[in-house]
Amino acid sequence: MIHQYDAVIVGAGIAGLTAALQASQTCHVAVLSKIYAPRAHSGSAQGGISAALGNEEEDHWEWHMYDTVKGGDYLTDQDIAQILAREAPQRLIELEHLGVPFSRNTQGKIEQRRFGGHTRNFGEAPVRRACYASDRTGRVIMDALYDHCMVRGVEIFDEVFITSLLRSEGKVCGVAGYKLATGEPMIFHAKAVLLATGGCGRIFKTTSMAFAATGDGFALAYDAGVPLEDMEFVQFHPTGIHKLGILVSEAARAEGGILRNGKGEAFMERYAPTLKDLAPRDIISRAILTEIAEDRGINGKDFVYLDLSHLGKAQLEQKLSEVTSFVQTYLGIDASQSPIPVAPTCHYMMGGIPTDAVGHVLADGKNQVLGGLYAAGECACVSVHGANRLGTNSLIDLVVFGKRAGTDIARYVAQNNLPSLPSGAESAVKEKAQGLLESQGNERISQIRAEMQKTMTQQCSVFRDRPNLEEALCKIGELKARYAQVGLSFKGKRCNYELEDALELGNMLKLAEAIAYSALLRQESRGAHFRNDYPQRNDHDWLKHTLLAQTPNGIQVDYKPVTVTRFKPRARTY
Amino acid sequence: MQVKLRIFRFDPQTDLQPHYDTFTVNSEPTDRVLDCLNKIRWEQDGSLAYRMSCAHGICGSDGMTINGVSALACQKLVKDFPPDKEILIEPLSVFAVVKDLVVDLEPFFEREKSVHPSGGIALTEAAEDVEHLQSMEERARFDDDIKCIMCGCCVAACPVNQGEDPAYVGPAAVVRAHRYIFDSRVGDTLKRLQIMDTPHGVWSCKSYFKCTQVCPKKIQITKHIVEVKRKILSDLRHKK
Ligand SMILES: Cc1cc2nc3c(=O)[nH]c(=O)nc-3n(C[C@H](O)[C@H](O)[C@H](O)COP(=O)(O)OP(=O)(O)OC[C@H]3O[C@@H](n4cnc5c(N)ncnc54)[C@H](O)[C@@H]3O)c2cc1C
Ligand code: SF4
Ligand code: SF4
Ligand code: FES
Repeated sequence: MIHQYDAVIVGAGIAGLTAALQASQTCHVAVLSKIYAPRAHSGSAQGGISAALGNEEEDHWEWHMYDTVKGGDYLTDQDIAQILAREAPQRLIELEHLGVPFSRNTQGKIEQRRFGGHTRNFGEAPVRRACYASDRTGRVIMDALYDHCMVRGVEIFDEVFITSLLRSEGKVCGVAGYKLATGEPMIFHAKAVLLATGGCGRIFKTTSMAFAATGDGFALAYDAGVPLEDMEFVQFHPTGIHKLGILVSEAARAEGGILRNGKGEAFMERYAPTLKDLAPRDIISRAILTEIAEDRGINGKDFVYLDLSHLGKAQLEQKLSEVTSFVQTYLGIDASQSPIPVAPTCHYMMGGIPTDAVGHVLADGKNQVLGGLYAAGECACVSVHGANRLGTNSLIDLVVFGKRAGTDIARYVAQNNLPSLPSGAESAVKEKAQGLLESQGNERISQIRAEMQKTMTQQCSVFRDRPNLEEALCKIGELKARYAQVGLSFKGKRCNYELEDALELGNMLKLAEAIAYSALLRQESRGAHFRNDYPQRNDHDWLKHTLLAQTPNGIQVDYKPVTVTRFKPRARTY
Repeated sequence: MQVKLRIFRFDPQTDLQPHYDTFTVNSEPTDRVLDCLNKIRWEQDGSLAYRMSCAHGICGSDGMTINGVSALACQKLVKDFPPDKEILIEPLSVFAVVKDLVVDLEPFFEREKSVHPSGGIALTEAAEDVEHLQSMEERARFDDDIKCIMCGCCVAACPVNQGEDPAYVGPAAVVRAHRYIFDSRVGDTLKRLQIMDTPHGVWSCKSYFKCTQVCPKKIQITKHIVEVKRKILSDLRHKK
């Protein structure tokens, strides 16, 4: 079936819905989502959304900008960090005006709390910059956007899985995919496409991300020849529930929670004397794994404790009720009595599809826009998070750059004609699915996926080095070859989730390779990318963004400079 | 340990009637029921259809009927059930089955939408660049409602939705309405009360408390429904 819109938005998370709400003021917009829209992973964001409102104490956007740049270990493009920090307060107020129920302080204003790496006066001490609603901040923002989108008539197509970008006349002119319930191909013909498909944490064994976080949007762009930027920078959040990876929000430490090793020591004092447990995530994740490697895990095991017991039941109920209920449900632990076993969990992709400041995708990763294609949210790399994202900076990124993309899409739609639909769009989708459905191969999806996750976790996560990365690449190459022989046990069309799993795995294997390859190339340590064999940051050779593109002759590597405006790179200590 | 699951199977396009399949999986007592389903789909039978995403009770995808009770498969652990018995897994009731455990939730989302006045969601005036002021007490008034993840478990468990009045807007939609009615910043309360005060609106609720018992987010649904009824009586009926 062929649908025609001015713009289609792939992804119903906060990035996609923000853009939809904006663009729908003047355009006919459809939002597509492979899961029901309110299930998007943005709904699981817990701790907060940053904006220098100064509701609790003095704060300035310049401080926020500085923290974002330093938090990103100076790989952040500073013109973009400036946009984020300056526009954040206005976007936040707009969210409030849409009805988002932020928690309130005694003056009736939006309450703000501390969060990792957010500081007063350029690094002096923590500042209260994170607006929040208990520990369900993402849920309430998404609900408000969803309600407004529904009421304003944005058309949402739920459970549509997008498999290809459509191109003609040198531009992107829509997307193609199929309806999960029936297997029926669906074509969306439009002047503009926004990819807002979220992250790809499922490449790793332990992650705080949902099963839907398989990086389909990264792969759609990568397959269309667009390079991916800075893929080596993967954030591991220090406090995932041991083994499960479910997140215990940084808000837990913002409210006073303390990390302790097997000897009971509050070890962060040694790694970040000023900010301690509120240091940025890359630093704390390395600290935890160092404690464990040096035999100071809990009873010699591979986790440490996050202690909230001194906060008291009332505060836990009021400010961290989701987190405490997760711990209760899955571990049988009462957080007001006992410490929580935690270890780093894959949490966020700093890299992604390169865009300019209005979300337009850059065909060469540098300055040449690809007509009709936009990206926003976690799958995009406007390069505001650099080498390491600060907590609460993703949600504000989604609304700042989601709105900018929505605005530019409206402009683009008004100024451009609809390119003709390429012939054979429908058959391309059918072939992709048919190839998998008819394959006689006997490799199993779950097996290949598990091996990929194990490889990436053991050889390409918090600590990396050349031999491990080379081995990981070798293994992924082998898994890609085996993937060509994958066979499905179910060949039906209706609700074929095995087919979806197979398509997602194909995407993830490509991205795993891009991550490991970018990591191998970058011979320095910066932010979330730490090389045991190159433990220092090296601004002389590596103050630049990595760009990897797929070409018929293999992966092509390129680099582009980082935009430095106000803050010259300095040593990063906290 | 080994766990047996007896699972409802049905493809309305090809099957004349549903049947049940039994699967055995190896699991830890602390595994989620969802983990068991995943093992089945990944290792034994790729045709098993169910939804899931977050795996920790926050996205609302995997509502189903487990041993007769609406619940999220990712929130129930194997050890919550008697070890020597099969765990019975069926789709949420009330909704039409698309395949196996997947049900059509379109009517559910339509009802969520129906609680909004057609003109849109109207908040009271606020200056352009400052937030509405709202006291902590005013904010607390609807704090319970915003926990809702739209999983549909309450609707599936409600005897009214199940039969007495299938067109009843349902507990989740009333929670949604309550969230706006009791938000001090919202200006269209009367319109929303009128929407609730229609046939198949809030008065269809007979206070059976089933919804409250199953809600995975422990929302005091029935209490909120009663508050909406009271508010209709005080604000709508008295004014007439
Ligand atoms: C547990 C957790 C807690 C977090 N807490 C915070 C926090 O407190 N503060 C903060 O700033 N950040 C937080 N983050 C990060 C932040 O939530 C995410 O980066 C952000 O929500 C991503 O939003 P998005 O709009 O880009 O994508 P998502 O919300 O992930 O949405 C992706 C959308 O794309 C759709 N989609 C994907 N692939 C396809 C396809 N092939 N076809 C069709 N549709 C598709 C999906 O259906 C979905 O609708 C947290 C992250 C996690 C995992
Ligand atoms: S009220 Fe509870 S049971 Fe009902 S949809 Fe919301 S979360 Fe689910
Ligand atoms: S209290 Fe009302 S809504 Fe809840 S189950 Fe009973 S009748 Fe249904
Ligand atoms: S999978 Fe998200 S609620 Fe269970």
